Amino acid sequence: MISLEHVLVVGALLFSIGLFIALSRRNAVGVLMGIELMLNSVNLNLIGFARFVEAPRPIDGQVFAVFVITVAAAEAAVALALAVAVYRLRQTIDVDRLNLLKW
Amino acid sequence: MLDTIPENAVWAIFFLPLASLLVILFLPRSQATAAGVVAALCIGAAFVLSLWALDSSLQADGHPLSFSSHEWLNVGDVLEVNVALNVDGLTAVMLVVVTSVSFLVQIYSMGYMKGDGGYWRYFAYMSLFTASMLGLILFNSILMVYVFWEMVGLSSYLLIGFWFHRPAAAAAAKKAFLVTRFGDLGFLMAILLIYVHAGTFDIAAIQDLAIAGAIGQTVLTWFALGVFAGAAGKSAQVPLHVWLPDAMEGPTPVSALIHAATMVAAGVYLVARMFPVFQVSPDAMSFAGAIGGLTALSAAMIGVVMVDIKRVLAYSTISQLGYMMLALGIGAYVAAIFHLFTHAFFKALLFLGSGSINHATNTFDMRLMGGLRKTMPITFITFVIGSLSLAGFFPLAGFWSKDEILSDAWAHERYLFYIALITAGLTAFYMFRAIFLTFFGEYRGGAEPETGAVVATLSNQAPVSTEPGGFEPDPVQAHAAAGAPHTAPEAHHGPHESPWLMVLPLILLSFPAILAGFANYNHDIEHLLVGALPEGAEVAEPTFRMGVAIAATIVPAVGVILAWAIYHAKVISAESLARLFRPVHSLLENKYYLDVLYERVVAGFLFHKALGGALATFERYIVDGAVNGAATSVRQTASVLRYLQSGQFQTYGALAFSSLVFTTVLVLVLSPL
Repeated sequence: MISLEHVLVVGALLFSIGLFIALSRRNAVGVLMGIELMLNSVNLNLIGFARFVEAPRPIDGQVFAVFVITVAAAEAAVALALAVAVYRLRQTIDVDRLNLLKW
Repeated sequence: MLDTIPENAVWAIFFLPLASLLVILFLPRSQATAAGVVAALCIGAAFVLSLWALDSSLQADGHPLSFSSHEWLNVGDVLEVNVALNVDGLTAVMLVVVTSVSFLVQIYSMGYMKGDGGYWRYFAYMSLFTASMLGLILFNSILMVYVFWEMVGLSSYLLIGFWFHRPAAAAAAKKAFLVTRFGDLGFLMAILLIYVHAGTFDIAAIQDLAIAGAIGQTVLTWFALGVFAGAAGKSAQVPLHVWLPDAMEGPTPVSALIHAATMVAAGVYLVARMFPVFQVSPDAMSFAGAIGGLTALSAAMIGVVMVDIKRVLAYSTISQLGYMMLALGIGAYVAAIFHLFTHAFFKALLFLGSGSINHATNTFDMRLMGGLRKTMPITFITFVIGSLSLAGFFPLAGFWSKDEILSDAWAHERYLFYIALITAGLTAFYMFRAIFLTFFGEYRGGAEPETGAVVATLSNQAPVSTEPGGFEPDPVQAHAAAGAPHTAPEAHHGPHESPWLMVLPLILLSFPAILAGFANYNHDIEHLLVGALPEGAEVAEPTFRMGVAIAATIVPAVGVILAWAIYHAKVISAESLARLFRPVHSLLENKYYLDVLYERVVAGFLFHKALGGALATFERYIVDGAVNGAATSVRQTASVLRYLQSGQFQTYGALAFSSLVFTTVLVLVLSPL
């Protein structure tokens, strides 16, 4: 029987993996994918709580998840457009080399 | 018998000169010549009201008339200052002196300042001065006295520097302002001290507390000394007297009004006002007396060697102010104010006379005058009347007041009596020296009018002096420079009597110079002044002593005879005397080298080098050091911390996330759920 704990553990694992990818990948697209993973782990959390916790309005969590998916899609579109623009300018999307904003 | 003066009329005395100031300020420049009339009318009206106040005060036997109190300053529960008008015997006497002399000086000024580019400005300043002076004597709060004290200082500064385009006048104005500020510092500290201990600014309340012994002896002594410091600055007492002779750079009517009759007497007035406090502190009293005696004698000695007639009068003023302080110091409160009263008239008369002489000869240097009694008879007669009064000959005004001081000094402080007596002799000597040099003998040519006069007529707006001659450091040289085209005295059309606007005040002033002494014949002034004191204050009872009166007549007479022998009959040559007393003579001619001392040691070394240098060091290393140090330490810290800003967003992300984790753990550990 799948309980809330299982869902939360999977969500936490997924989030950690996403965070690791977002902080360690050099490729900007890889970073974006890590962020998507983190967003989805959050979705999993929301759905999990909506499913297992008694609440006066039981679909709140699901509505949240739908919102997050929508925003994530928009964010991915903008971020990929940025990546393309940066590539056109610098011929690279290596985030280590996008370090102009420093001392 | 008039009714008692209502409060509104007393307010009017104060506000009339202020109104004159405002009207003159908004006068169209094309009507600038009306300024003199406006000022004279307003002050004349104030004079009439002052006479009413005097009458009311006489009826009240000098006791304070009661007026309602007004809130002036209210800072929550911290500070509340109420002011009220205060008209008692002392105020009434001062009111009459100030407004009458001011009125006559305004009339005189209309003649004297005629054609000056700054004509309206002059009368605006004079109105401001008169209003400030009236405020100084009219209010019951020592804080208000201080406010107006500084305002008369300001007007004095403005009027000394009236011809500011002359470097000497600008410097004199600055000097007067700075030197009197020294004394004022003491006055301010005294006010703060008494407020801390008495909790009030009300003069009557302070006096009552002092008499009742509610304030400590030490506090009262320091308070009295602080007040005396302020008074010494304003009334030109040694060692703060150096500004007054230089203040003669101002127009002569200004010298007559401010630097002879009224403002310089404000110091004496203040000490008299605080007299009950001084009485509680014998130390402060004897200090005031000693300083007064020193001032009287040393200034009179300088007066003997001055060649500039206005400076002779200036030193005479300092000497007479010293006389008044001396009188206050021995407790002769009535005699001091009585002398202030008579002195105002005859000294103003003498100054206006010297202005009239200057009008005719274009110089103040007595070496360039002579023989003027034929060409300027009215000036001559009034000047002699003023001199006789100042020298204290029976039955002129000066005799009565001076005799009272001498008599009280004889009774209370013998050494001050001898000082005062010698001063009386010197006074007669230098005044008659001035008369013989100025009015007798042959006319010695005067000086050419300053070229400034021509410029002034060309451009009426330009602030250009028309007072010719003025004070040149070396009159002979100045004479040569000014009269370069021709040296013969006939070249300009000789001295002449001044216009009636100037002569009339001379005549009018000679009446009080002769008769003012009789004002106290029935002890009227004494009643007024004693009535002004609070219950429990004691004053020395003035008594007429025949021996003192005879001595006070013989000694000045000797002075006059000596002056006659040296400067008219030339039995003794002035030059050989000067040679005989060479060291003394040069000491006096250089005014005891006090100016040099102040300039070189006090101003140059003490303030500029030592204090200024120390402060500059403090500023450079401590103040600037703190500012620069703050900047440097920020920069140093930043040079280490900036490596945190790598520009790598992943570093920031890692940092942010680890901080979040750290904080969460911390919260969980510190406050478990």
